[in-house]
Amino acid sequence: MRLKSYLCLPVALLAALFAGGCGSVDIDDEDLDDVDGAEAPAMVTRVDPATAATVNGKVYFEGDLPRARRLAMDAEPACAGLHTAPVYSEVVVPNDNKTLRHVFVYVKEGLEAMRFETPTEPAILDQKGCIYLPHMLGVQVNQPVRILNSDPTTHNVHPTPRNNREWNESMAPNVPPKMKKFPREEVMIPVKCNVHPWMKSYIGVLPHPFFSVTGADGSFEITGLPPGEYTIGIWHEFLKEGVTTHKVTLAASESKSVDFTLKQAS
Amino acid sequence: MPTSIGSAGSYHYFAVLTACFTFLLIVAGALVTGNEAGLSVPDWPLSYGSLNPPWEGNIRYEHGHRLVAAFVGLLTIALAVWVWKKETRGPVRKLGWIALGVVVAQGILGGITVLWYLPAPISVLHACLAQTFFCLVVSLAWLSSPAWTRQRRDASCSLPLNRLAMATAGAIYLQLLLGAIFRHTQSGILPHLLGALLVTLLAGWLIARVYRSEGLPSGLAAAATSLGILLALQLLLGLASWLLRLATADAVQPQSSVVGVTTAHVGVGALILAASVILALQSFRVRSEGRRGESRLPAIPVKS
Repeated sequence: MRLKSYLCLPVALLAALFAGGCGSVDIDDEDLDDVDGAEAPAMVTRVDPATAATVNGKVYFEGDLPRARRLAMDAEPACAGLHTAPVYSEVVVPNDNKTLRHVFVYVKEGLEAMRFETPTEPAILDQKGCIYLPHMLGVQVNQPVRILNSDPTTHNVHPTPRNNREWNESMAPNVPPKMKKFPREEVMIPVKCNVHPWMKSYIGVLPHPFFSVTGADGSFEITGLPPGEYTIGIWHEFLKEGVTTHKVTLAASESKSVDFTLKQAS
Repeated sequence: MPTSIGSAGSYHYFAVLTACFTFLLIVAGALVTGNEAGLSVPDWPLSYGSLNPPWEGNIRYEHGHRLVAAFVGLLTIALAVWVWKKETRGPVRKLGWIALGVVVAQGILGGITVLWYLPAPISVLHACLAQTFFCLVVSLAWLSSPAWTRQRRDASCSLPLNRLAMATAGAIYLQLLLGAIFRHTQSGILPHLLGALLVTLLAGWLIARVYRSEGLPSGLAAAATSLGILLALQLLLGLASWLLRLATADAVQPQSSVVGVTTAHVGVGALILAASVILALQSFRVRSEGRRGESRLPAIPVKS
């Protein structure tokens, strides 16, 4: 009997290991729906289009920026062959007007008392040309994310969140898309492909739909906000210093412009 | 007294082969870490549900590491059985089984690193257990070697080097642990630098003691010389690795120059540990010979 007990321990440990391991937290989406439901207000907020307000602006940079790094895909013919021109890293992408691309802009505070409907329309994250498209993505809590592999090579998709469940799954060429959800708010979740280590993307998960990502002119626009006082925050994967939040008060149907400035850490 | 390696030492060359593949395995593991390939294969023990996954990108490093590991596992099973059948020295017989237990544990740790998404403590443990296993296999190879047997005939010195040799081997192991912590946790380099200083002082002292001694067996001097050369090379590789890391701090993907130098740094680290273990074994032998006229680790008898 005693010998059996000793043998059971490693067997149980191995069983736990194969079941997913105690290092990861295997969270059921349904369980998290309940948790989120308990914390959030029960009534879904409907914003009257007639009173909806808007915040827009640009994100500038000051000082020197690191030079754009060319991605070395040469060792991967399946990736290099998909491009006719050099591909550069999207970590820091300055625009001609001293603005920045790929900055996540979102309502950081001011919406805690409201609950918003979860979209059923999936957000898209594609792997195309051995880079993630888009580089930065915003979704709502529990909104489906449709992950595609449009490449003729194998990728793995590996989000490394702090507040959601980590997972790591492979995607061979021509496989059906993966549908995933992130049940908890988190700004931002890094996503990487460990097969091609230059591939990185970021997903911002919010309990509301008021977010935007700056584009080729560094501008953003957040529309449909209910009147109120808000803190607008920004997030960039490399530049962390500068003006990163703004408090704004929006009256009904008002549109306000706020600009941000980022710089390299000194 | 027997002086040939006899049937007990018949596994010597097989142990050497296992040690060589273990070194290759350590290098393959360093390439996995350097290329950030640890999670390029999301499943374990199979790779993409197969023994032959697509040979693309970082999968090459991770699956290559798994293949070498599996081969080393098979070699170790054969070695443990061979040692058990042919070896007559009790402690050495046990060493074969200990090596087998360690390589099995190492395989499971490798699986855990994949399934639990590279938790730093497990990765550090995996790196250190690899070095422990290497030491065990190198010890088996050395204890079954003709050099070990020859030394008994030559030994006449009673110089008490064993404590210093053990302290040096321990400091080198500690330094490998600090290096693994630095590499897997991105923590500060200061502990690793202090470890390098400690190892340099102890190894320098040990080498000087060996060279100043008279009547020591040639094996001890050769091990000390190897330790000195490897240590000098390792310090250069460490410096180069650090400078390259600084120069490529804003890189968006692993740089081949950094991967090459850090992999060499890990590999030479393993060789230094092996040299120090051989030196420690030798010095124990010399001490035993000198003090009691009989070795604590006896020579290899011929099994009838």
